Amino acid sequence: MKKLFPILAALTALLLAYAFYQAMWVAPTERTMGDVQRIFYYHVPSAWTAFCLFFTNLIASIIYLIRKNPKADALAVASAEVGVVFCTIVLVTGPIWARPVWGIWWTWDVRLTTTLVLWLIYVSYLVLRRFSDSAQTPVLAAVLAIFGALDVPLVYFSIWFFRTQHPQPVMGNGGSLDPRMLHVLLINWLAFSCFGAIVCWWRYALEREMREVEELEALESLHGVSR
Amino acid sequence: MTSLRSITLATLTKDIRLEWRSRDAINAMLFFSLLVVVIFSFSFDPTAQESREIAGGLIWVAFLFAAVVALNQTWARELRNHVLDAYRVSPAPPNALFLAKVFGNFILVSILEAVMAPLFVVFYNLRSLGPAWQLALVAILGTWALVVNGTFFAAISLRTRSREMMLPLLLFPISIPAVQSMVEATRIILSGDGSPRFWIVLLLTYDVVFTTACLGLFETILQAE
Repeated sequence: MKKLFPILAALTALLLAYAFYQAMWVAPTERTMGDVQRIFYYHVPSAWTAFCLFFTNLIASIIYLIRKNPKADALAVASAEVGVVFCTIVLVTGPIWARPVWGIWWTWDVRLTTTLVLWLIYVSYLVLRRFSDSAQTPVLAAVLAIFGALDVPLVYFSIWFFRTQHPQPVMGNGGSLDPRMLHVLLINWLAFSCFGAIVCWWRYALEREMREVEELEALESLHGVSR
Repeated sequence: MTSLRSITLATLTKDIRLEWRSRDAINAMLFFSLLVVVIFSFSFDPTAQESREIAGGLIWVAFLFAAVVALNQTWARELRNHVLDAYRVSPAPPNALFLAKVFGNFILVSILEAVMAPLFVVFYNLRSLGPAWQLALVAILGTWALVVNGTFFAAISLRTRSREMMLPLLLFPISIPAVQSMVEATRIILSGDGSPRFWIVLLLTYDVVFTTACLGLFETILQAE
């Protein structure tokens, strides 16, 4: 597996470079929005990657609670951390695009608000992991992940209803995306998915090694005492 | 089932008796939310016509902050003399302990609301334009929503460093839909425009979903090693 990693990383880097070229030069300029629309090719794939990673975190957390498998917990840490990074990218690129297009930085729209709440939940998840260094941390964190997953549909419904009462600026692209734009979007989609997966894998391997080192150190100090 | 009920009742009466004798939590909560009311009155003009619109938000934010004060000390008492460890090895059902703590906090926060709500009415000149009995329903469901998750997350934050700080960090993000429902329902009832039905149903759903989740996962938290 370790030998495979540099190859996959190089391929992902190439794919990302190609996707960047496509997004910046090949994709046609949007008629009304202009060049700022190109942020779309980063915003949407990042959102997709973040949601996939959060979903991975949920599955890993459930598996951990059932099997108590430390690998599942390492995967949960890795996916939550990388997911928060991608979610942050979504929340930063969104307003940059919204300001010139909508004329406002932020609106309490369903998707925006749900993403923000999801980000908040996962930041609190990471804070919990940070503040609890005992052996119970994985269980507590896994439980919190399940609570967060239960919360998201409720947030979505509450904002959805709120918004139907208070009309807000609608999201762009009403299904009529230029095929060339769609092509570029799909390439970026693939590139970002690979990027997210590889960073998550990297972080996972690091987490496993860190734990191994900790275990060895604990064992060594134990031997030192017995001697 | 009888053991669940009798143990819940025993723990609840013990907690209430302890609280009655010391009155630590309730006094701190009352004073704290009084301070919040006064500070809010300086921050937002209470005589303004819009005060009716924002009063729902102010009330619930004040109660949310005050509830955290009570929730934080829920389990602290059980840490002294290792009561929680004793409970862990006893054959008593973990959910009995959890339910007792939730009911205890529910009573505490309800008392707080009963005392503070008239003060809000006085300071903000509130008069409900919608059916006022619905406010009681929102208060019961909303308090339960805060307390059930709050008690659960207090049990989680018990295992962390700086646990007092940890509880709001865990509780607030998860409570966002509940708080929004409470605030919106209260605003609609107070201003009398429209029906708060959707928000009450959402609050009820929140209560059912998270009560089930808490009861299902509390044993895992209590036994986490």
